[in-house]
Amino acid sequence: MPRVWKFGDHINTDDILPGKYAPFMVGEDRFHTFAFAHLRPEFAQEVKPGDILVFGRNAGLGSSREYAPEALKRLGIRAVIAKSYARIFFRNLVNLGIVPFESEEVVDALEDGDRVELDLETGVLVRGGERFALRPPPPFLLEALREGSLLDYYKKHGRFPGE
Amino acid sequence: MGLTLAEKILSKKVGREVRAGELVVVEVDQVMVVDSIAGSFFKRLAYLEATPRYPERVSIVIDHVAPAANLEVAKAQKEIREWGRKHGIRVFDVGRGVCHQVLIEEGLAQPGWIVVGSDSHSTTYGAVGAFGTGMGATDIALAAASGRTWLRVPESVKVTFRGRLPKGVTAKDAALEMVRLLTAEGATYMAVEIHLQEGAEALSRGERMTLANLTVEAGAKVGLVVPSGEILDLYQVPDWFYPDPDARYVREVEIDLSRLTPRVSVPFYVDNVHEVAEVRGKRVDQVFIGTCTNGRLEDLRAAAEVLRGKRVAPGVRLLVIPASSQVLEEATRDGTLLTLLEAGATIGTPGCGPCMGRHMGVLAPGEVCVSTSNRNFRGRMGAPDAEIYLASPRVAAASAVAGYIATPEDLASSPQEEAHA
Repeated sequence: MPRVWKFGDHINTDDILPGKYAPFMVGEDRFHTFAFAHLRPEFAQEVKPGDILVFGRNAGLGSSREYAPEALKRLGIRAVIAKSYARIFFRNLVNLGIVPFESEEVVDALEDGDRVELDLETGVLVRGGERFALRPPPPFLLEALREGSLLDYYKKHGRFPGE
Repeated sequence: MGLTLAEKILSKKVGREVRAGELVVVEVDQVMVVDSIAGSFFKRLAYLEATPRYPERVSIVIDHVAPAANLEVAKAQKEIREWGRKHGIRVFDVGRGVCHQVLIEEGLAQPGWIVVGSDSHSTTYGAVGAFGTGMGATDIALAAASGRTWLRVPESVKVTFRGRLPKGVTAKDAALEMVRLLTAEGATYMAVEIHLQEGAEALSRGERMTLANLTVEAGAKVGLVVPSGEILDLYQVPDWFYPDPDARYVREVEIDLSRLTPRVSVPFYVDNVHEVAEVRGKRVDQVFIGTCTNGRLEDLRAAAEVLRGKRVAPGVRLLVIPASSQVLEEATRDGTLLTLLEAGATIGTPGCGPCMGRHMGVLAPGEVCVSTSNRNFRGRMGAPDAEIYLASPRVAAASAVAGYIATPEDLASSPQEEAHA
């Protein structure tokens, strides 16, 4: 069962992937192994595909480096839950096909290490006997996510959702 | 109900009146790609089986690690040059400077243009009235392939700067004060619309770039400085290009420049802004003057003014990295560079330098750096416990001489000076 990795407020993209470990610096094949290298060095070793990342407020502020969420995608992260998002990070998640859920209440309720099930389409989250309802992504994003990512959507349709 | 400047620009682009909250798809006038993500950009274009739709609207700048620091970087930069030649894309190579400075110098950001850049500080283009915003590699690749991008029309926060800066206080101090008041998330997804009044119109293009640059540190999508002063001499500003008096703002903030004092941003968040007086005396190992925030000629001159006839304190490294080749040339011609060198500074290749901790001044564990850059996040310039204090070029220069965080005024009364009196 997927595990919750919980972080605090204002986790920036330097935290998620320090600049010195950009693919540009260390190579395309291993940059993801440095995810959270400063903050939680064990993360990249222990995270499993399908695990859920949970952030507090203003998740992913800072640099526009898409290789930060891309490292998470490579490690098998399909969904993020945060109290609020920084703009570029939010776009990058959608562009990569990682679903960005937003909820104060659910973030407060979840603990690091929790085992949960999450339905990416409906936003239903189950922990033991508890059920939480996350708001599904808006239609524009859902359309893109259903094709895999915004890139896949554009490749298939030659236009942006709703255009 | 009138329109904000962001709403006006996007309405003009879309061809109908659009309001905050709407999703729109707009034509892009300039796509800026930096070296560190160029590989991802090429990969995504290849995946789309596309080439740039308007090659003349794309610029690639080699600035983040320039010259190349290792083999990976060298290979990536070689690919940029080859790709640029193959597709007829403008490439600004090693030494030309920091992307945002270069695009402004080259006239590749104009009032009313949509400029999307693969660097979060693309808000800098708002200094000249361009709708500049940062995006990740996928968005940038889509913008190059399609000539368009999708945007949510942003709400706006109005920030009014009034009056004139006192001597020794700079646009950087004003920008840090703005981030303090807005907080790191206070303008998330919004436009920061900057009004300069009652003397503040005198701020130069470079000073406006410093203000617009730091709006992203409050989470802003775009930081638009309403054109006035020298911008009107340097650019063709259309008549419609002003916010309506009855435009709607989420919030309004006023900053009186005449009462401002030197500011410093204390680790590990940009909005953790204090008066320099509160951290005065903090020991310093490295001082870095440069970047898209404060690497312009006026910044180097301000530092030189403080350093003239003085020496950097023993054990302190002073790195000066001009924001562009043009800045470097001008600073050489007018003697600014010699003043800096005589004071003990070392000069680096125009570009981003050590701003994001990849080369040219990485910090060792426990070290302290005063930097004129824009981010002091944990581990950004090297060791996770190294500390970065963000300040103006004047405070940075004074701190290099004192060996601890200080203002130029502190130097006049320092023990070193009195010993020679």
